[in-house]
Amino acid sequence: MNVGTWEALILVLRRELRLGFRRPDQLLQPLVFFLIVTTLFPLGLSLQLSLLRDVAPGVLWVAALLSSLLSLDSLFKSDADDGTLEQLALCGQGLTVIVIAKTFAHWLVTGAALVLMSPLVGTALGIPGSAFATMMLSLALGTLTLSWLGAIGAGLTVGLRRGNVLLSLIVLPLAMPLLIFGAGATDRAISGTSAAGALYFLAALCVFTCTLAPFAVTAALRITLE
Amino acid sequence: MWTWFYKLASPPYVYGVAATLTPWFLGLAAISIGYGLIGGLVLAPPDYQQGDAFRIIYVHAPSAWMSLFSYSTMAVAGAIALIWRIKMGHAVAAASAPIGASFTLLALVTGSLWGRPMWGTYWAWDPRLTSELILLFLYVGVMSLRSAFEDPARGDRAAALLAIVGVVNVPIIHYSVQWWNSLHQGATVAKLGKPAMPGSMLWPLLAMLLGFMLFYGAVLCMRLRGEVLNRERQAAWVREVVKS
Repeated sequence: MNVGTWEALILVLRRELRLGFRRPDQLLQPLVFFLIVTTLFPLGLSLQLSLLRDVAPGVLWVAALLSSLLSLDSLFKSDADDGTLEQLALCGQGLTVIVIAKTFAHWLVTGAALVLMSPLVGTALGIPGSAFATMMLSLALGTLTLSWLGAIGAGLTVGLRRGNVLLSLIVLPLAMPLLIFGAGATDRAISGTSAAGALYFLAALCVFTCTLAPFAVTAALRITLE
Repeated sequence: MWTWFYKLASPPYVYGVAATLTPWFLGLAAISIGYGLIGGLVLAPPDYQQGDAFRIIYVHAPSAWMSLFSYSTMAVAGAIALIWRIKMGHAVAAASAPIGASFTLLALVTGSLWGRPMWGTYWAWDPRLTSELILLFLYVGVMSLRSAFEDPARGDRAAALLAIVGVVNVPIIHYSVQWWNSLHQGATVAKLGKPAMPGSMLWPLLAMLLGFMLFYGAVLCMRLRGEVLNRERQAAWVREVVKS
């Protein structure tokens, strides 16, 4: 049976989404983690919304980074364990296509969900409603970039038994520019100044990783799978 | 024309070259660093603003430069090894990583020692110090990834790929950290920008830079010999080397 590249992309994407929604608890856990981490900061810092507002962008973004990291483990692991990943690599379609579909599906069920939930967390942290649009846009760009950076890390550590801590060690330094510009954009939106510069930079990083990272992830998987 | 390049794929040849180069690198490094130290610590006049504290630049700046240089060496060696499947590239990368991490640590320590009298604190979130710290994290990531695999060949290739990904990211991290600083801090921290240095200060600095590079070359050759012996421990020539 001949399947075109485009069809293969859609097929893998649908498979990933179906698998994701079959295990709703795995979808919810990173989101609940995101909520819990952002709850910790007011408890530890202060109850005053004015003070919280100053640290809110940082808190929001650190929590988003951590919760996205948490879900990366499932990106290739279960498929690698039962051999599906090897079959996918051998199925005649380019591995890059499969990697793109899998990572995009991962972003849809984790990153996009996190973006949709961010106004709730933003309200709790005292971020004004006028900043929500910028905050959500920056999170959307940032989490997509992060999914790709994380996919590189996940691809490199998929064959390891205790790769989880190592994964964070690899991915977090690479994600620091995201934190800087994401929190910067949110910060500017809160103070009412134009966040365009930081958003453009986030968009540039996003395009950059979306175009180059698939090849890095493919190379990583070829190294760990062979 | 390319024979010298292909020869580098042969472990005994690399081992021999490293052995020949080591004393040369060491001797030249000693001369260069010796001149740099005397010129920088004794002969150069104290800075009119910073007094004698500026003299730490003679260690700090070369080690910061070397931290980037050995990272690129690691990445280039890894790329050569991945593309042309030359295993010795992995050996060079593996030998280079701990040296680079040590230079990074040295740059961080000397930087914060300099910050104590200048800024009044050991650590300020100065963009250069911060990106140096991130570089240290990248080194740690590459080294732990290499050692995490049970199969050394896989660990080598994974670490090489990560080093290449890191090399793409280093400039992005560097510039974003600088941009971030201009966002958050109004007052720029006093730092050694590019003042017009008088020759009595500049020449020792350049000598230290050259000396550090030569020293790096010497240590790299020594570590490389150890790496090659360890990697080729099943080979007959290694047994002969060890016996003699």
